[in-house]
Amino acid sequence: MNPAASIIVFTSLSGTGFGLMFWLGLGFPHVTGWTAFWYFTVAYGLAVVGLTASAFHLGNPQRALKAFTQYRTSWLSREAWLSVMTLTVMAGAAYLAVFEDTVIPALGWVGAVLSLLTVFGTSMIYTQLKTVPRWNHWSTPVVFLAYAIAGGAILTVTPAHLAIALLVILGALQAIAWNIGAEAFQRRPTDLGTATGLGTRGSVRAFEPPHTGTNYLLKEMVYQVARRRAAQLRQLNIGLSVVIPIAFLLLAPDNIWVRGIALALHVAGVFASRWLFFAEAEHVVGLYYGRREPQASASR
Amino acid sequence: MSDLPLSTKRKLGLVIDLDTCVGCHACVVACKGWNTENYGAPLSDIGAYGQAPAGTFLNRVHSYEISPPDAPTQTVHFPKSCLHCENAPCVTVCPTGASYKRSEDGIVLVDESACIGCGLCAWACPYGARELDAAEGVMKKCTLCVDRIYNENLPEIDRVPACVRTCPAGARHFGDLGDPDSDVSKLVAERGGMDLMPELDAAPTNKYLPPRPRDAAETSAAPVLEPVAAEAGGLLGWIDRALAAMPGA
Repeated sequence: MNPAASIIVFTSLSGTGFGLMFWLGLGFPHVTGWTAFWYFTVAYGLAVVGLTASAFHLGNPQRALKAFTQYRTSWLSREAWLSVMTLTVMAGAAYLAVFEDTVIPALGWVGAVLSLLTVFGTSMIYTQLKTVPRWNHWSTPVVFLAYAIAGGAILTVTPAHLAIALLVILGALQAIAWNIGAEAFQRRPTDLGTATGLGTRGSVRAFEPPHTGTNYLLKEMVYQVARRRAAQLRQLNIGLSVVIPIAFLLLAPDNIWVRGIALALHVAGVFASRWLFFAEAEHVVGLYYGRREPQASASR
Repeated sequence: MSDLPLSTKRKLGLVIDLDTCVGCHACVVACKGWNTENYGAPLSDIGAYGQAPAGTFLNRVHSYEISPPDAPTQTVHFPKSCLHCENAPCVTVCPTGASYKRSEDGIVLVDESACIGCGLCAWACPYGARELDAAEGVMKKCTLCVDRIYNENLPEIDRVPACVRTCPAGARHFGDLGDPDSDVSKLVAERGGMDLMPELDAAPTNKYLPPRPRDAAETSAAPVLEPVAAEAGGLLGWIDRALAAMPGA
């Protein structure tokens, strides 16, 4: 799939922002007044910038409000509702904390649950697609939620050891997801034989493409960027999003500035993770264009 | 609405005969022509006269080669457009309701005035039937020529999709696949019409008729003739003998 900058920014920043809101809603840290103002500003800034970035993926963003109408079937529509509901509930909690010095735990808990549901909704936009076997798996929402929870914890959770534990779990889950994802396409029965219905007659290979140039499908779904750098990107991903934040939390003095830098580096790692998430995902339509041909016919 | 109808009164669709298609791409051109001038935004071309032309098409013809284990290879031309699935995954993912499946005839359409161009429906389609138009930013797909098949301003013979009307080989058939007595349903029953990627449960309406088995005569070449003269004579024979007498031969 084409790793479009707009959707990488969208999923990375909004996920981290809602992760922060999750912890703020649970009362980590228990803050009011100006301190609360800055915490909520960072959370809202990340979430809103992320959600705004998603509009740059649209061909006709002026009609974006229509995306709220189909929540009965569409995860994209549900995600839109969940994000607005979360932002609204947490706005109430933020107002009370900042201006009234009041924290209503129940309101925060509702906001925390909605925050996680929003991240889950984002992940389900991708998880629901049977056409992309790598995404169509329980590991997708689990990893999206793990990034949000662990990323949010970097800035908010004391003692730091709890945040470190969450980052370790995140690293493990990401590694498991990569492992499962590598063979996801092959585990499915779909190949050029089932795509054309001709597989029962012998091995099938793409003989001639339908056109000499490119098209939307090839650019969007059969897009192949240089995957040979995937191993390096994974190192950057784990290094920035897990190892370096842990090092900061373990070795540096525990204050908000150290945690802020750790979070910024973590987000850079999330960008790498999402780039891989899109770039390594293969869509079944690529079969029609001769991607992933059986070895038997390729070696002839 | 992006809810799918529980059932449709009719199931209009295409039956494509892979045995008959000659891969001439006439259906591609007819489709592009009709759908550029009619329903919705025109199908744009990007850099049509440049070095890397690209454009929006609702129908494309691939060609595949089958290598049976015990027979010569076979080339199959393979037109592909929207299959108007009964369980259309493109419709349910649509956040705006722009994509919908008609309950009266099962045609899957896009209301372009409601399409935000998010592209999720194209991601959800296994068949590559949807293309986001680069100029208009809205999703384009086969309409089954909804503006032809019910169009009483056209002569009756033209009230079929443009691809079907134009096919010079008669490889494309249009009709109601929900009616077991329709010509297309009988054709599907007779020839073993098949679904593409049935394992993905989209339940496509369009069916593909597999190529018929080839005649046995095609599988055996003419018998190899015995060599007429084993030993060459004349000048060539002399050269051959002279070369054979050289050291190291």
